[in-house]
Amino acid sequence: MLFRKTLKKSPWIVHYDCNSCNGCDIEILATLTPVYDVERFGIINVGNPKHADILVVSGSVNHRNARVLKTIYDQMPHPKAVVAIGACACSGGIFKECYNTLGGADTVIPVDVYVPGCAPRPEAIMEGILKAAQLLEEKKKNIKKGEILNVAKS
Amino acid sequence: MKEIWITLATVIVAPLVGGVVTGIDRKITARMQNRFGPPILQPFYDLFKLFSKETIVVSNTQILYAFLFLVFNIVAVVMFVLKMDLLLILFILAFATTALILGAMATNSPYSRIGAHRELISVLAYEPVLIAMTVAIYFVTGSFNIEDILKHNSFLILDLPFIFIAFSYVLTIKLRKSPFDLSTSHHGHQELVKGITTEFAGPVLGLIELGHWYELVLLLLFVWLFFAKNIFVAIAAILICYFLEIVIDNISARLTWKIMLQLTWSVAFGFALVNLIWVYIKYRLL
Repeated sequence: MLFRKTLKKSPWIVHYDCNSCNGCDIEILATLTPVYDVERFGIINVGNPKHADILVVSGSVNHRNARVLKTIYDQMPHPKAVVAIGACACSGGIFKECYNTLGGADTVIPVDVYVPGCAPRPEAIMEGILKAAQLLEEKKKNIKKGEILNVAKS
Repeated sequence: MKEIWITLATVIVAPLVGGVVTGIDRKITARMQNRFGPPILQPFYDLFKLFSKETIVVSNTQILYAFLFLVFNIVAVVMFVLKMDLLLILFILAFATTALILGAMATNSPYSRIGAHRELISVLAYEPVLIAMTVAIYFVTGSFNIEDILKHNSFLILDLPFIFIAFSYVLTIKLRKSPFDLSTSHHGHQELVKGITTEFAGPVLGLIELGHWYELVLLLLFVWLFFAKNIFVAIAAILICYFLEIVIDNISARLTWKIMLQLTWSVAFGFALVNLIWVYIKYRLL
């Protein structure tokens, strides 16, 4: 069947910047330019979590933006995946021990793909998003089987 | 019996054509921006993906309105292919848009509501031109029925060149292409989040996408009506017209609704009115 595995062929991304520096943020935007042409993989940058399949997070999570990040994640329809871009979103990076920082994005929502680096190259970001797109297929199967979905840590 | 087969064939073929045209549109746009672009079947991948996702709705009436949008568009296309009343097709097309607006208004989201308002304003802009087009066709052929219009003994464009220009102008609004993509657009512009479709997600958004493909086919059939005497000329005209829309989409930035309204009512409706008076004098008075 030609259209059976369409989830990995059109991953629409929504991008949220949890107070990252301009490094990761601008690399994500560079990935979306015609130079790297992510649209050839079907990737479209949408501004709306309700249309998105993949949440791309950059920067470390703090008490202020944890709520926002959780809301965006909850608004996305299943199956969905999360990609953490850069050292800060993976583990908290250099802000890990700060009193106002919770740590990486996985302290609030379940992260599927980690893209390390400070800042990661656009090629690495692209690979991370495409890996998350592959994961969407498996998640869809799990939903059909009735298995418990990834539940966010509160 | 024949009508049933034609109806079935239209319902199946129209979205296939609409999807492929959208895919080619995205490919040509990509080539114009000097990049490789998605596969031509990408709109179908998007649609099937949307149908395989979870349904999230704010209010249940949204599903009904999205479904009505699709159904009214299908009815309009089928009526066109069965060569029925042109005026009635326009009204049903207006109903489809109204369903979309009501669907967007059914939620409290400000983005969705502003999108709906902008869609209403664009309806206000293009509807007079479409009505003028139908009336002018009536003056020339003496009938609103497409069956009788097709019996006209020459190209309709020879009598209605200015109407065609006005219609091409309005086509940009109808196809939600760049200078006038106020309410929503399928490119990644992020103003207003996603306009009128902000609150639709998953399969419900898929229904709207499918409705747009039927709408696209119907609008291309309107272009065909002007060149219906010769099928090859008609196909060439449709291709050129759509290519020009893609070019305009790529070279222009978004305008505000005020400029859209001023331009459509002065330029497009002016063109239509001049042509309307011309055919009235030619066919009714002389």
